[in-house]
Amino acid sequence: MSTVQSPEADPTPIVESDGKMLRQVACFAALAYLMFLFFSHIGTELTSAIGGIACSLVAVLLIYRGWSGLGLNRMRSDIVAAGIFIFILGSLTALGRFMESPWSAFFGLVGLEIFLLAVTAGWKEVRKAPPTALFGVGIIFIYIMASCLASIIAPYGEASVVGQTYMPWGSELKDGGIALLGTDQLGRDTLSRLIYGARNTVGVALATTALTFFVGTFLGLMAASLQGIVDQGLSRVVDVLMAIPQLIFALLILTVIGDGVLNMALVIAMLESTRVFRLARAVALNIVVMDYVEAAKLRGESLLSIIWREVLPNATAPLAAEFGLRFCFVFLFIASLSFLGFGFQPPTADWGSMVRESGNLLNFFTMMPSMGITPLVPAFCIALLTVAVNFVVDWFLHKMSGLKE
Amino acid sequence: MSKILATIAQRLGLGLVTLFVVTLIIAGMIEALPGDFCQAILGQSATESTVQACRRENGFDQPFVTRYVTWLGNTATLDLGTSLSNKRDVGEFITVRLENTLFLAAFAAIVAVPLALTLGILAALYRYSWYDRFVNVFTLTSISFPEFLVGYIMILLLSVMTSTLEGGSWFPALATVRPETSFADRVHLVFLPAMTLTLVVVAHMMRMTRAAIINLLASPYIEMARLKGIKNSRIIVKHALPNALAPIVNVVAINLAYLIVGVVVVEVVFTYPGLGKSLVDAVKFRDIPVVQASCMIFALTYILLNLTADVLSIVSNPRLLHPR
Repeated sequence: MSTVQSPEADPTPIVESDGKMLRQVACFAALAYLMFLFFSHIGTELTSAIGGIACSLVAVLLIYRGWSGLGLNRMRSDIVAAGIFIFILGSLTALGRFMESPWSAFFGLVGLEIFLLAVTAGWKEVRKAPPTALFGVGIIFIYIMASCLASIIAPYGEASVVGQTYMPWGSELKDGGIALLGTDQLGRDTLSRLIYGARNTVGVALATTALTFFVGTFLGLMAASLQGIVDQGLSRVVDVLMAIPQLIFALLILTVIGDGVLNMALVIAMLESTRVFRLARAVALNIVVMDYVEAAKLRGESLLSIIWREVLPNATAPLAAEFGLRFCFVFLFIASLSFLGFGFQPPTADWGSMVRESGNLLNFFTMMPSMGITPLVPAFCIALLTVAVNFVVDWFLHKMSGLKE
Repeated sequence: MSKILATIAQRLGLGLVTLFVVTLIIAGMIEALPGDFCQAILGQSATESTVQACRRENGFDQPFVTRYVTWLGNTATLDLGTSLSNKRDVGEFITVRLENTLFLAAFAAIVAVPLALTLGILAALYRYSWYDRFVNVFTLTSISFPEFLVGYIMILLLSVMTSTLEGGSWFPALATVRPETSFADRVHLVFLPAMTLTLVVVAHMMRMTRAAIINLLASPYIEMARLKGIKNSRIIVKHALPNALAPIVNVVAINLAYLIVGVVVVEVVFTYPGLGKSLVDAVKFRDIPVVQASCMIFALTYILLNLTADVLSIVSNPRLLHPR
């Protein structure tokens, strides 16, 4: 098998010649775009925002690490061709759906494509992974598929009423279709809501984690590099924020600023970023005493440049692992809050509130087992993703420690 | 000995400062309300004069410092004001709820702590064995499970699936406890929520115990003891256990603090009339006095438990106890 280098798949020289500047500008632009999309669309067309976030996040990663960093310049052209083919096929077969929500469908497909490219690029590593990690990667892939393509693969709309209330599994609907997982308390298709729930719950968790990381890492690295009064001040604030149990604090703040997805995301980001701050600070404290940081300071580099070029690249590995773990915590946090009835507003499908709304069905288990376990399905979806991410993080940590020795 | 006292005093002082800041935050949340407290509770249709009267009645014409001191004094004497949603005295209502929550938490803790410590120490001693691997996968999975999933699975397995046609089941799915419920009935009613909490906490506690012990067994003096040819049981009792006490006590206290957070979701799942349930309901209705009171109790317990953990780990540190 010869490795064919196609010109489109090898943009490394361009990036190299323009230096790091271009990459940084692109990275910041993508991040700003991501935040803009998320916070401007969150109330209206949530779906498109989430798709945008998913792909922008990966784009940020790609641009930051550089194409060559992921080995994409050694990409086989047939994989690229297959990806493009899937992309075109997908958009053609689902043209109708595409027209209904063009933005989300477009972003979804782009996000999926980027994920596929990333996995094929890291295929050598993935192939050597232990079975638990493979399982994790597989599950994450399915979730990304579901959340990116929700508007295409879901049989019915997120909020459309398709039949009577509480229909059992596999019952026929009035338009001739079949509700595989039955209908909910308003007669909406549970399977469709489950698929849309993947997009909403996972997407909001991802965006919140990104925000958490941005704030936590930035402040943590800042505290470690500046030390003195900044470090003391930030650390004491974090101490106080960590002195109240997170869930209680979140409920307290939500009482004051009011309910809603945006408020929930901001509150969780604030509370979780304290953990990231501690880690980033601890890691960076060992880095800022290095000679090369000293040299950069003597060269007269600015603070931001020292953080960005000297400290951050050397802290990526522990921070990447922390990102995975933090995602799990944020995800469970969001699930708990929405189970308690905060965050997502009614027509939006999300797993936590689906569990709460269908909780009473549990009592019908003896009469009709499938109906009885309906509330457990979204709850299992939450658990499965957390387990999968944990497995992948474990593998990553193991690999990291192996490389260090 | 003076060194240990100084360390403890320092830690206690830090705890006091934290407590002070936390009360400031909770008291100050009213200030941060959009509009103000009186407008929020009276609604848009209230006339200017009623709003003014309400402000005067609640002391909003006073500066923040005065109000803070009054609030702190009132809270300390359990005079917590009246609930906005049901006009009941918050102090009375919260006390009952607090008793219920403490009962549930104590029940869970009594089962969870010995279980988790035993399993964790065993996992550390027989590490990398079949048993350890199984325990590892099991705990990783149950940590990944949201509390409500564990709760619902418990209901399904122990309540719904065991129910008979006559309507009886092993354990009730809803833990509706009343003040007049007898102790035996209480234990029966609270069994499922307590087991749910236990499962959630045991996983955490076991992992942390295992990590603490393994950390310890890797230290040079344990290796030295082994090389001297001391019996395994003596190594554990004489050399490992005294040093393991600090981390274990820490693990227990941290997990008891964790229990407080877990209690909120579990109480909602089982509609148990505890503090967590009342907090969630109060947040929905923006019943500020109840939110403040419950948050204060939760935060206080959390801070005190963490403080206890730190103080105990200072006290049980052999290096501080026997200074050179």
